[in-house]
Amino acid sequence: MSQSLAPALAIRETRSESRFVTAARRLLHHRAGMCGLTVILVIVICAAFAPWLAPYDPAEIDYDAMIAPPSWLHPLGTDEIGRDILSRVIFGARVSLQIVFVAIVLSLLVGGAIGLASGYVGGRTDNVLMRLMDGLLAFPLLVLALGVIAVLGPDLINAIIALAVVNVPGFARLVRGQVLSVRERDFVQAARATGAGHLRIMVVHVWPSVAGNVIVYASLRASAVLITESSLAFLGLGATPPTPTWGQMLATAMEYWSAWWMSIFPGLAIFFAALAFNFFGDGLRDALDVRIGE
Amino acid sequence: MPDSSGTAFLAVDALRKSFGPVRAVENVAFTLRRGEVMGLVGESGSGKTTVGRLVLRLVEPTSGRVVFDGTDLGALSGRQMRRVRKRMQIVFQDPFSSLNPYQRVGEAIEEPLIVHGLRGERAQRQERVRELLSLVGLRPAHAGRYPHEFSGGQRQRIAIARALASEPDFIVADEAVSALDVSIQAQIINLLRELQQSFQLTMLFISHDLGVVRYLADRTMVLYLGRIVEMGPTEELFAAPRHPYTRALLSAIPDPDPDRRRERIILKGDVPSPIDPPSGCAFRERCPFALAACAVEVPALRAVTPTHSKACIRDDLH
Repeated sequence: MSQSLAPALAIRETRSESRFVTAARRLLHHRAGMCGLTVILVIVICAAFAPWLAPYDPAEIDYDAMIAPPSWLHPLGTDEIGRDILSRVIFGARVSLQIVFVAIVLSLLVGGAIGLASGYVGGRTDNVLMRLMDGLLAFPLLVLALGVIAVLGPDLINAIIALAVVNVPGFARLVRGQVLSVRERDFVQAARATGAGHLRIMVVHVWPSVAGNVIVYASLRASAVLITESSLAFLGLGATPPTPTWGQMLATAMEYWSAWWMSIFPGLAIFFAALAFNFFGDGLRDALDVRIGE
Repeated sequence: MPDSSGTAFLAVDALRKSFGPVRAVENVAFTLRRGEVMGLVGESGSGKTTVGRLVLRLVEPTSGRVVFDGTDLGALSGRQMRRVRKRMQIVFQDPFSSLNPYQRVGEAIEEPLIVHGLRGERAQRQERVRELLSLVGLRPAHAGRYPHEFSGGQRQRIAIARALASEPDFIVADEAVSALDVSIQAQIINLLRELQQSFQLTMLFISHDLGVVRYLADRTMVLYLGRIVEMGPTEELFAAPRHPYTRALLSAIPDPDPDRRRERIILKGDVPSPIDPPSGCAFRERCPFALAACAVEVPALRAVTPTHSKACIRDDLH
């Protein structure tokens, strides 16, 4: 009996589950987070396979059905020049996702770099960079975005740049604050005492403690970017007309109040996408066990 | 036993550190011989931790010098300093914050080896990690776990293994046992002592626990408001303290024998603010033996015997 137990009791080489796997497992059990992720995946699939999923070309004009209400032919109706709303919503996912993704990644990279430099180097560098960020934060988000577009000119690329710029200060401040608190932790001092260089300290010791917060913040900001993009498009400052975006569809629909289908479907798309990013962000926050207020 | 040839392995001279208006460390000077354990005691806020970090140049001194085995650390570039760090290590007070929560235990212990390019091959490094884990009384199989899976005492063993990885000659133990349960403290103290003896480590042992210092240290220095007020061989200092502050500290150690009558010195007031210390001797306002002369100038640390010194103008107290 005792002999048969011996092998089981021997200490085996145990390699604990990595923190990444733990977080993924927790996310899988987070109901709201998974709902958000599912919706995001659906949107991603729509965007990726738009040409196959959409019943029509988004620019194709059906002269027989202009401002037509939902029907078997056009499930979500058509717009003022007879383009299929369903197809445009599906293709719109492409543009909207691209805008959100590129803008968030850009602001994360730039804001993250500024925050890292600010928090890690400190002193005058910190002061100059943070005052600059304060300056940007002093403008209301949309006004700042409008300003950037006013300088660069209205097109899709510039709208993305504007959306990235307005989100840089948020990332910079978040990362700086995190770095400041992590930098003084004993394990960072221990790494210095070990003789580790700045790069190693930043990558191995500071970044992992900061990353969770940044990722959560990024997913929560994604919904804000989506809505700001819609506002810009609504004001006619986003993608230029033939390209369908949800915000732009809303803007056009404003002139056709009686055709409710023209505004309600792109509106719902924005609503669900924003909600999905928020839910997903909440799920990530719980899974990564970070504390961050929004 | 420490090398008795008299050459200083570590020499600290006129070390000062101010944080803005706060004078954390004032004019600290001492030397350590190779293999010697120096105890550093003092209340919270006395500057013990700052002294430890200044010696390792984790904090830049406002002025003063630290000479480590003939090398003036202040004169080294960042890169050169990093190279010297292989030979000097630190064990922190709180083992819950001194280990990176995102790093596996084996990776943490392996880090000094990677940083200093020791034991080149990965397999060799991992062999060394196992060796170190057994050295500090843990199982080599634990290398793949995260710090949060261990108790405080085990974590402190991990921190010690990490400190020993690059085979340093000098270790600063900054309140290394203060955060642990009493029963665990004894284990870690014994471990430190064994390691110190088997590797002939030179050690600066910082603690507010006088009993621990008495057990480990060859010599002890007492810090008050950033200044050394007394320094001498541990046994001598505990048996016959020369400075009134040391006497007060020692009289505060609880005695397990309830029948023994002892002199108990209760100090008046609190430690004064390091922003605006009293003139002259910083301790005079709380000292039961203070004279008018104590307010005139800061008493120098001077020898009362060849090995024992104090910073007090009263020689008539013993």
